[in-house]
Amino acid sequence: MKHPSLLLIAAAATAAMAMPAAAQDVAITHARLVIGDGSAPIEDGTVVVRAGRVVAAGAGVSVPAGMDAIDAGGRWVTPGIVAGFTRLGIVEVDGVRSTDDSAAGDSPFHASLDVAPAVNPLAMPVEINRAAGITRAVVAPATSDSIFAGQGAVIDLGRDRDAITKRHAFQFMEYGEDGAQEAGGSRPAAFAMFRNALLQARDYARDPDGYADQGKDALVNAYDAKALMPVAEGEVPLLVHVERASDILALLDLKRELPKLKLVLVGASEGWTVADRIAAAGVPVIASALNDLPAAFEKVAATQSNVGRMQAAGVTVALGTINDNDARQARHEKQYAGNLVALTKVPGATGLRWDQAFASITSGAAEAIGMADQIGSLRPGRHGDVVIWSGDPLELDSVAQTVFIDGVKQPLETRQDKLRQRYMQPTEGSLPNAYER
Amino acid sequence: MIQRRLSRGGIARLAGAVLLACSVAACASTDTGKTETASSKAPAGSRGYDRDPYPSTYHRYPGAPTLVRNVTIFDGEGGRIDNGAVLFADGEIVDIGTSVEAPQGATVIDGTGKVLTPGIIDVHSHLGDYPSPSVPALSDGNEATSPVTAEVWAEHSVWPQDPGFSRALVNGGVTTLQILPGSANLFGGRSVVLKNVPARTVQAMKFPGAPYGLKMACGENPKRVYGSRDQAPSTRMGNIAIDRQTWAKAQAYDRKWTKYEEEGGDVPDRDLAMDTLRGVLDGEILVHNHCYRADEMAVVMDMAKEFGYHVTAFHHAVEAYKIADLLKANDTCAAVWADWYGFKMEAYDAIQTNLPLLEKNGACAMIHSDDENGIQRLNQEVAKTLAAGRRAGIDISDAAAWRWLTYNPAKALGIADRTGSLKPGKMADVVLWNGDPFSVYSRPEKVWIDGALLYDMDDPARRPVSDFELGQPGAGDVK
Repeated sequence: MKHPSLLLIAAAATAAMAMPAAAQDVAITHARLVIGDGSAPIEDGTVVVRAGRVVAAGAGVSVPAGMDAIDAGGRWVTPGIVAGFTRLGIVEVDGVRSTDDSAAGDSPFHASLDVAPAVNPLAMPVEINRAAGITRAVVAPATSDSIFAGQGAVIDLGRDRDAITKRHAFQFMEYGEDGAQEAGGSRPAAFAMFRNALLQARDYARDPDGYADQGKDALVNAYDAKALMPVAEGEVPLLVHVERASDILALLDLKRELPKLKLVLVGASEGWTVADRIAAAGVPVIASALNDLPAAFEKVAATQSNVGRMQAAGVTVALGTINDNDARQARHEKQYAGNLVALTKVPGATGLRWDQAFASITSGAAEAIGMADQIGSLRPGRHGDVVIWSGDPLELDSVAQTVFIDGVKQPLETRQDKLRQRYMQPTEGSLPNAYER
Repeated sequence: MIQRRLSRGGIARLAGAVLLACSVAACASTDTGKTETASSKAPAGSRGYDRDPYPSTYHRYPGAPTLVRNVTIFDGEGGRIDNGAVLFADGEIVDIGTSVEAPQGATVIDGTGKVLTPGIIDVHSHLGDYPSPSVPALSDGNEATSPVTAEVWAEHSVWPQDPGFSRALVNGGVTTLQILPGSANLFGGRSVVLKNVPARTVQAMKFPGAPYGLKMACGENPKRVYGSRDQAPSTRMGNIAIDRQTWAKAQAYDRKWTKYEEEGGDVPDRDLAMDTLRGVLDGEILVHNHCYRADEMAVVMDMAKEFGYHVTAFHHAVEAYKIADLLKANDTCAAVWADWYGFKMEAYDAIQTNLPLLEKNGACAMIHSDDENGIQRLNQEVAKTLAAGRRAGIDISDAAAWRWLTYNPAKALGIADRTGSLKPGKMADVVLWNGDPFSVYSRPEKVWIDGALLYDMDDPARRPVSDFELGQPGAGDVK
């Protein structure tokens, strides 16, 4: 969601009905205020949003004269949740192929595929996750027949027609067991595909017009080569799904060889066993929070202490829903973060402090993809995504009561609420239930 | 999150001996009491074949007499005691109340700030049949070669070394679970109920005397699996047609064997699939029917009437809230998730308030996992759905909601006389939580099964490591 220009705001003031989605200038006072950057909650804090952006947040911040203020009455006020890795908005129902735009195995294109135009801001998963306080999401395509899935986007979950915060925000790639399969059957094949693609991207960069595109038979066609160019140059992050410790180390070696590469690890179930090496490489991780089963041979060392141990070793860690109901359940990240806090009371386990846990689902994801100056916290200048909660946002009975995205107050009623209302009494009355709406 | 409501002022003590319909030994067979003979000319009342050829060899592990006191108790049947105490010994709950004396030499545990509950029962799991690692070589949950495979038994696929069992124990407080065959088939086969103890053989995990279940499935799965092979069923009407034809066959089989068992004569041919269906028609085997949509559940309940059987529980009953009245009228339970939705069309109308709406309208309801991760957090799933219900104005206490985790699933498995609540005489399947179990910040601190301490957060030696994990990276870690 772009914030409207000052001119539009002025227009909105006189024609509010015509511009229902205009950003409001709003302040929230008397909040248990969480900045989202890992710092402790601030009692009796205030956050001020003007023209869709945060202008101030903290204790002792005063409400500008004439600005509407909401008294939070001591409730928790935080930045909106930034879902670290999802397929939100590009899938309506996983089991209905026609509604799933995450992968395209029959397409000749791979790295160049761009999720942005496919995002449907009115998809039900967007609505349901918005109601749960998720305001931004990292949206990745999925691979099929190549290690490269294509170009991901960062979206907002606002109820309007303009969902894209950043297009071409990153390239997504599979390595490990999945990457091996996509590349033809082995990890060496995946590496060969990757190196070859980068070489070809460089060829393309040197001479776009002279690039010998061999059409459908090309290992990397011109369009894909063009999309990989900024990845090779480090202008666009490369998110790589990887789980096994040895695979992580292989990627860190690659990063040494290609220092420009902006590598981000996704998944990393065995990351804790090589956490010091990940930290030393300065590579951020978008992790699966609670994987604790040897679900595959590449996750034999999986443990719920993974995130805590990586964080303790100095790795920047965010939470994502990697192959974990990624199209629909970004809202589970709050529960996952809470569980990581629970681990701090389990002898022998490593969890996160509450402040760290909350940062892992807000600023953590923003940092991982290089957008911490835009989203994920209530520091001045960030998008005005603010949530007022009924209680501790990580607790299971808390709900988002008021959600602002870019300073616009969001509708929170979902189709599920309407179904619940219709069936509070399942028996039909003087007319069938279908007449209730 | 625990609502500090007044307890009922103490829990009525039930006569344990009366509740225990049979001792462990007597229940080791599913035989309902008729005597067995080897005579070919069977006298009336005899049984023509063995109903329990793979009997349980489970035995309880040793446990010290234990008193947990100063603890908040949810008894599993809706009761709550604040600052209460529970004593268990010799595998059984001995006493529960506000003041319980510790016998000499008993282990005494101070439960201040903690919560004691019955062990969680998952009515729907595939642990062992779809174990970790989930590689094709270990994938044994669906005999997807024919829409009717009532002859298969889930226990013949269970790999006791599945690391998932230990995670369900230590993170989830799960003490009992039903393993079902998967849902590719209309008649998927028999389930088995297990106690969540590490064991070398599946027999050593089998819950003594638990009735078998029959897994059935409606809807998208069977029609997709077989329809995609140009084979029946490819539609919902195809599903029901094959169901009905199969039940008609089962009725004929049942008549033939009943006649033989009552009057003797030539021994009829055995048909293992029909044995299972006959067990259902005779009320010895309980039907657990995977069914999402309200309209389909209604059709299945009519089909059950048509052929004279009873659906014990619909599983994955995403739309149960739309027909709570019908479920109640048919005395059929619904096993549901808290917030799974939208992964396929028949899950499109899921709502978070399903369970509370069922409770509000008087239907039997419970939580279930169907998932090796979800089974580790069933208490959290109930917390979410309970909170959603309260927001909708459905006032259900924490103690009442605990029934969705233990007593109601025990009823649906036919074992509520032995586990599922903290009543004297029942199995000492007990979890001590290190805080409010409906808070995201709490975990099991200790888990006892039949009074044996099988998990202790503070004791690294009380943490099972499966054969598969032994010697692997991360083995023995706090998972």
